[in-house]
Amino acid sequence: MRNRYSAGNLIGAAIGGHKDWAPAWLDVDPKPRYDVIVIGGGGHGLATAYYLAKNHGMTNVAVVEAGWIGGGNTGRNTTVVRSNYLYPESARLYDFSVQRYESLSKDLNFNVMFSQRGVITLAHSRHDLDAQERWTNAMLCNGIDAEMLNARQVQECEPRLDISSRARYPILGGFIQRRAGSARHDAVAWGYARGASALGVDIVQQCSVLDFIKKHGRVVGVKTSRGEIRADRVAMAVAGHSSVLANLAGFSLPVTSYALQAMVSEPVKPVLKAVTLSPALGAYWSQSDKGEVVIGGALDHFPSYAQRGSFAINQQAIAATVEAFPSLGRLRLLRQWAGIVDVVKDSSPIIGATPIPGLYINCGWGTGGFKAIPVGGWILAHVLATGQNHELAEAFQLARFHTGRLIDEAAASGIAH
Amino acid sequence: MMQLQCPFCGYRPENEFDCGGTTAIARPPIDCSDEVWGDYLFFRVNPKGLHAERWRHTFGCGQWFNVVRDTVTHEVSAVYRITESRPRALDP
Ligand SMILES: Cc1cc2nc3c(=O)[nH]c(=O)nc-3n(C[C@H](O)[C@H](O)[C@H](O)COP(=O)(O)OP(=O)(O)OC[C@H]3O[C@@H](n4cnc5c(N)ncnc54)[C@H](O)[C@@H]3O)c2cc1C
Ligand SMILES: [Zn+2]
Repeated sequence: MRNRYSAGNLIGAAIGGHKDWAPAWLDVDPKPRYDVIVIGGGGHGLATAYYLAKNHGMTNVAVVEAGWIGGGNTGRNTTVVRSNYLYPESARLYDFSVQRYESLSKDLNFNVMFSQRGVITLAHSRHDLDAQERWTNAMLCNGIDAEMLNARQVQECEPRLDISSRARYPILGGFIQRRAGSARHDAVAWGYARGASALGVDIVQQCSVLDFIKKHGRVVGVKTSRGEIRADRVAMAVAGHSSVLANLAGFSLPVTSYALQAMVSEPVKPVLKAVTLSPALGAYWSQSDKGEVVIGGALDHFPSYAQRGSFAINQQAIAATVEAFPSLGRLRLLRQWAGIVDVVKDSSPIIGATPIPGLYINCGWGTGGFKAIPVGGWILAHVLATGQNHELAEAFQLARFHTGRLIDEAAASGIAH
Repeated sequence: MMQLQCPFCGYRPENEFDCGGTTAIARPPIDCSDEVWGDYLFFRVNPKGLHAERWRHTFGCGQWFNVVRDTVTHEVSAVYRITESRPRALDP
């Protein structure tokens, strides 16, 4: 059995014909009761279970997933990790996450392929430049790295961009967060699953939560497609399906579900160096380690639970691609897909207690919660274990929609990323 | 591309329209509690299934109208004018 991954271990296993690898995590049948049940085996649910065990010593925990782990948005996203938000509350939250990403492969003993290749946001007009000056200044005030770029500097960072004066969408400059980049989505889900499983957490796949079990108004368990499971506390991290579960539990959310789509080209040799976003064109680009050019589009503009993106948005993203990167114009598309994202009016997450005692929530990451998986898991685990909000989570409570203290990150969450 | 039926112009491609979200949400009195006002502004049913919503034929006649659409299949089961109420057969 080889539980720890290392170069030495790999060579040893190769000599033995790779016959003695243990499964990375155990897929188990649910027990009748746990201290905590986490609904949703995406990155946020798995990270919550991992940090419950690692930071708080709580190992009698189950992650209950309807399909397979990472089969939701975590396995469908375009993997941009950044902390270039506008307000101090968000800057602290997302930068805590970027810092966790910086050491995640080591912490998990699993290579999540975090690559800090820089994220560029393009400016196509004077107004874009003005807005980005403000944005970078806010970031610098918040202690986050940010740099304005002129058009030539943009091209140095991403040589295939068309910065010529003939370009249909002229590029006047932009700004870059150099510590930002991308990571491997599946590896983040699998790494957290493996870490949690090794600490004793049960990962239950093919198990849908159909309803909540309540006693005196308190949630005391869940009814699932594989029977009833009881727990002291239940947490839900189900992204686009948050409203569906909240509705079953008896409360409502300021969430609307939309389809967000992405696509990849056939794999080619390295052609893109950084991650580039164009809020004005509604598209963003990077290249995966497999060589595919990854193209992300904007949200479909109508509510949807269908995991497919509309052709109108697809067309827009492709048109933007061939104009911004003329040399990619003849690439063929390999795959296109969508995920259902949980969009909140102020584009900021909700993490903490719900109006129903015993039930906790992590949702509202919308188009940009992959980058936040480490922090989302960390602070949900904190409130589940201690009953108190983590200081990073204070500003992100459901109550803000009644007090009016919104954290409006619409600009920084812009298009998806 | 998805097509929607504008009551004035007929079937048109989806990118001529804007979706205005859930329709027929009544505005509470202006002196209501913060709780009620917050619910009105931000909280939505967000159903997985039939959804009564308003659309605007922005790049056409510019008119608002209502649609009942399934959020899973995207099938439209009713189109009615902005001042009309939802067809009874489609009540949730
Ligand atoms: C196309 C696309 C591109 C994106 N790009 C980026 C990006 O570049 N950077 C970024 O930071 N973010 C990005 N995002 C957003 C990001 O993917 C999500 O915010 C994040 O993955 C959410 O993680 P999660 O664990 O909360 O949800 P998910 O990964 O969706 O996991 C939720 C899980 O809950 C399960 N579930 C649902 N209902 C039930 C039930 N009743 N019972 C049991 N299980 C249930 C689902 O099966 C699912 O596996 C993108 C999203 C999409 C769709
Ligand atoms: Zn019309």
